[in-house]
Amino acid sequence: MSKLFSKENGEVFTNPLNINNPIAVQVLGICSALAVTSQLKPAIVMGLSVTVITAFSNVIISLLRKTIPNRIRIIVQLVVVAALVTIVSNILKAYVYDVSVQLSVYVGLIITNCILMGRLEAFAMQNGPWESFLDGVGNGLGYAIILVVVGFVRELLGFGSVFGFQIIPDSWLLENGGLYMHNGMMTMPAMALILLACVIWVHRAYNKDIE
Amino acid sequence: MAKLNTNGNAYTIIYAAVIVVIVAFLLAFVASALKPTQDDNVAIDKKQQILSSLNIRGVEKSAVDATYKSVIVNDAIYGTDPTTPTNNGEAKDQAGFKVEGKNITPDNRPFYVAEVDGAKKYVIPVTGAGLWGGLWGYVALNEDCETVYGTYFSHESETAGLGARITEQWFQDSFQGKKLYAEGNEDVVLSVVKKGKEGSMSPDNYVNGVTGATLTSNGVNDMIQEDLKSYQDILKAQKK
Repeated sequence: MSKLFSKENGEVFTNPLNINNPIAVQVLGICSALAVTSQLKPAIVMGLSVTVITAFSNVIISLLRKTIPNRIRIIVQLVVVAALVTIVSNILKAYVYDVSVQLSVYVGLIITNCILMGRLEAFAMQNGPWESFLDGVGNGLGYAIILVVVGFVRELLGFGSVFGFQIIPDSWLLENGGLYMHNGMMTMPAMALILLACVIWVHRAYNKDIE
Repeated sequence: MAKLNTNGNAYTIIYAAVIVVIVAFLLAFVASALKPTQDDNVAIDKKQQILSSLNIRGVEKSAVDATYKSVIVNDAIYGTDPTTPTNNGEAKDQAGFKVEGKNITPDNRPFYVAEVDGAKKYVIPVTGAGLWGGLWGYVALNEDCETVYGTYFSHESETAGLGARITEQWFQDSFQGKKLYAEGNEDVVLSVVKKGKEGSMSPDNYVNGVTGATLTSNGVNDMIQEDLKSYQDILKAQKK
């Protein structure tokens, strides 16, 4: 047991949450980070989906790593990822239909998320299943954290709500005689890019050694 | 265990084939196991949309089916003959309900008859194009075949916060009580117009578009006018 939760394994899990964050440091997978973060709920579902898929594809590839022919390893990785993504997308459609409508094509596009292929090629091909599982969960959550932060700010400023609950009362709005207006820009993908840059900025300010 | 040569041609080909077959079986299994639940979700979503156009909103998911069946009397399909439907539509979600928006043609027109608080309503499905992608919706008319009872609109990919606001209730409710036709005229004139561009139109015949989403609003306008026009013969036959 002590080996399962050793210090190295702990780092495998915590590094991607902070000093080796896939979005903030490696700047991978940002296209989906822009597209699904206009509200908190799809951002969380997307974060969890990516976490599940990275973790399990890491485990599968790690189990297979000694048998995979070197010449077709990328294809095998892709097949495993694509199969898992298709399964997750089917499950979402069956059990959380309204969220799957909101995420639309982006679930399918997890296949092309650079974080996945990056982790498979860089980590799972060299390490055991347990380490790979931790690495996958860590990277998925590292991705999810950033999505949640961006989603929170965009939903709050763009719609005046958090998780669909109205935070900013309607009576504040200009059209109801108040002095406040929702920032429509926040609902556009472009603002996610700017917010993402702010997140990276703050992150680097606290971790000077990254540069 | 003898060390396998994982780089040989034969090994590579067999490996790829086995992986593909396993994955294919797995996916086929998952897809067919979840298909009924997914189809149910799609059907419930569509029923919710039709109920919304009849101003019955916020129905619990589990109650949608029962509510739909108590409200909808018939989901007829009309061909080119506007007087008699090509089916009897007794099950309420087996005939016109099964026609997808993209399959609506002049000889395949779903037409819902509903009863709300004892009054007859007609629900007409409409489809069109917005700024970025498709639009669709349902327009419910009163028994006079002229006054709008309620509407529902949705979209594929309109701009969030602008065009996407056509899904909000205030916009859909603004159609209530509007008339399809101008006084003494038989052309469908119900329009979505920009604030200040109403001209000499009667306030009964237009609603204001969504501010900042002129192209989406125009899409809704065209969708309503064109699709209601193609149902005019059925409406006339119903009136008699």
